[in-house]
Amino acid sequence: MDAIILQILNGLDKGSAYALIALGLTLIFGTLGVVNFAHGALFMIGAFCAVTLQKILSASYTVIDPSQTDFLGRPLEVSKPYLEAWLGPDLGGGIIEWSVPLAILFAIPVMLILGYVMERGLIKHFYRRPHADQILVTFGLAIVLQEVIKHFFGANPIPTPAPPAFAGSLDFGVWLGFDPNAIIYPYWRTVYFLFSLVIIGAVFSFLQFTTFGMVVRAGMADRETVGLLGINIDRRFTIMFGIAAAVAGIAGVMYTPINSPNYHMGMDFLVLSFVVVVVGGMGSLPGAVLAGFLLGIVESFASMNEVKNILPGIDQIIIYLIAIAILLTRPRGLMGRKGVMEE
Amino acid sequence: MSKLHFTRRRLIGTGAMAGAGLAMPTIFTGASWAQSQGGFTNAPTGGTVTLGFNVPQTGPYADEGKDELLAQQLAVEHLNGQGDGGCLNTFSSKALKGNGILGKKVQFVTGDTQTKSDAARAAAKSMIEKDGAVMINGGSSSGVAVAVQGLCQEAGIIFMAGLTHSNDTTGKDKKANGFRHFFNAYMSGAALAPVLANTYGKDRRAYHLTADYTWGWTQQESMVKATEAVGWETVNTVLTPLAATDFSSYIAPVLNSGADVLVLNHYGGNMVNSLTNAVQFGLLDKQVNGKDFAIVVPLYSELMANGAGENIKGVLGSMNWNWQLQDEGTKAFVKSFGEKYGRPPSNSAQTCYAQVLLYADAVERAGTFNPCGVGEALEGFEFDGLGNGKTLYRADDHQCFKDVLVVRGNQNPTNPYDTLEIVEVTPVEQVTYAPDHPMFAGGELGQCNPGA
Repeated sequence: MDAIILQILNGLDKGSAYALIALGLTLIFGTLGVVNFAHGALFMIGAFCAVTLQKILSASYTVIDPSQTDFLGRPLEVSKPYLEAWLGPDLGGGIIEWSVPLAILFAIPVMLILGYVMERGLIKHFYRRPHADQILVTFGLAIVLQEVIKHFFGANPIPTPAPPAFAGSLDFGVWLGFDPNAIIYPYWRTVYFLFSLVIIGAVFSFLQFTTFGMVVRAGMADRETVGLLGINIDRRFTIMFGIAAAVAGIAGVMYTPINSPNYHMGMDFLVLSFVVVVVGGMGSLPGAVLAGFLLGIVESFASMNEVKNILPGIDQIIIYLIAIAILLTRPRGLMGRKGVMEE
Repeated sequence: MSKLHFTRRRLIGTGAMAGAGLAMPTIFTGASWAQSQGGFTNAPTGGTVTLGFNVPQTGPYADEGKDELLAQQLAVEHLNGQGDGGCLNTFSSKALKGNGILGKKVQFVTGDTQTKSDAARAAAKSMIEKDGAVMINGGSSSGVAVAVQGLCQEAGIIFMAGLTHSNDTTGKDKKANGFRHFFNAYMSGAALAPVLANTYGKDRRAYHLTADYTWGWTQQESMVKATEAVGWETVNTVLTPLAATDFSSYIAPVLNSGADVLVLNHYGGNMVNSLTNAVQFGLLDKQVNGKDFAIVVPLYSELMANGAGENIKGVLGSMNWNWQLQDEGTKAFVKSFGEKYGRPPSNSAQTCYAQVLLYADAVERAGTFNPCGVGEALEGFEFDGLGNGKTLYRADDHQCFKDVLVVRGNQNPTNPYDTLEIVEVTPVEQVTYAPDHPMFAGGELGQCNPGA
């Protein structure tokens, strides 16, 4: 029982990342009709916003320490962060340690602008082109973004730790009456799961309870009629692209303490997120979220030794098997709408 | 019934033909034939000789490949008499004079392995066929090393492997044209196990997470055998997909398994992520079976240590070499590399640098670029002064035997380069094994191939 609860918890944080990326993908597809293969790269750029802010906050000056030597036997140059010098080691050091949560504030404007520039500069030229063209151009863009990041940050993963307050793990097992250490779950992964729920809730509320969201939903249902009413739906859809980019970006920011970011991390999530969108139903926002969590949990169960002993290698293909099964039984996905990608 | 009539002349003629027929396979593949034909694949003709450096320039190991390439460039400079000479001044063999190789100026071409076997083979093939490379060196993966080694054997080129740690490279997949300076998984186990027993005790229960490919399998086998030999029990061994990025679902069951040590048979990005995940789950803060939980990373590299950041503090592992060693060869190499590039070299850089010098030295001593002559010069060659202490290039399997380093994540690093500290220099005798050891069984070195 404890092993089952443990794998559900594990699946939730993986599912959170899938759900957040798939939510953005579905938003873009539902509004603009574009299949955006650069969405994984936006998740990666978000993660590197956290890396960048960490570097900015850790900007240092060097002092020579004659009591120590470097690898060539010269007096050691010791780096001292400016923040610690200006604000004192406690406050300055504390701000540096909290760079990941602070990076959300940095990433939102960066991602909104990047999304706006991407949509206006490149993607709008492909609205009337076949989906294959859209996939090719956005995939190409993803590779370009990836190589740009590698040029500036290198190929090696960059450690981006969570604030010390969230180090370590929570013993859920004790709460639920199991033995100590039976169900442990890292604090930061709990934060990530709760954070994803807040973001998903915020996006749904924005679409459901604001006038802007109502117009966007109307545009998603019938773009032409909304246009005929004199509403500039294109401008709103461009903003939605920016919002989808920001969702992917902050999902990336918060993911950095879970796995050290590298230039390739977006690609690792992209294909799985597309499977999530297809399983959830193309164009369905609740479907994307539901499928994200569902597939995250199923993937975790497939990694259990008990399962792998019976079906070796199942952890690598389970998501695709489920996708096949769902598409065979429900061709529109779990919550897909009639008519989407069916003309 | 016919009668046989042998005249003396006919007997000599028949005997000569039969002898030539029997000897043909070795005559046409042997060094003497190749040399008499003008040679062997890519015999240098002008005043230059071209070496091929096949390293990952793109992909997840691009930073490690960059470091290897810097070291290879440095080796070429030293061979051509530029710079401060580096390890040419400390190398026990004095055949190299800083005037190129056999008087020919050394130049090089590079290929991108992308850490993919097919891409690495294509890059090596291009350097051999288009650029006339006479030797291939470099790489950061055992899968790549085995693939390129096979290609070089077929092409008649010497392969001086870079970072490859699988037992198979000089075990079941060994080739006469391939030579490995880097240590291997067996050596890691043999060096680490006694240190682990001393540090954590002999009554331990280990749980292995292992990357699901050639290196991971041999690393796991080596660590299981070595730790069980010192009294540890193996609770479970779990293979993880090479493409995995999040290891939480593999790590979560560890504490519940009754294990008190987690062995991560992972390298590169896999290791950075699995170690980071394990530390997030708080494994290092737990007590199991009344003992502090421990994590072991059998194969370390400096770049991985940087990627894992604070998480490696106190975690034991092994290395082929480290810049903090204090022998003359290490000091000379670190000085040359550090003054030129502003940072200390990694152990993958050192192995590539040493391999280029070892190849050049063997050519000088053999007096030929013919791979068969070079191979003979390398086989059984004993040397010192390249940073690893006294070393033997064993003839039986073309594996270097030398001391191995046991290292630990530094608790109090003073700069970005001392993230690892040396715990022990394990003497070569402790990591030496018989050529027919079961972990290395299944392959034949075969005959050297000069190609052409």
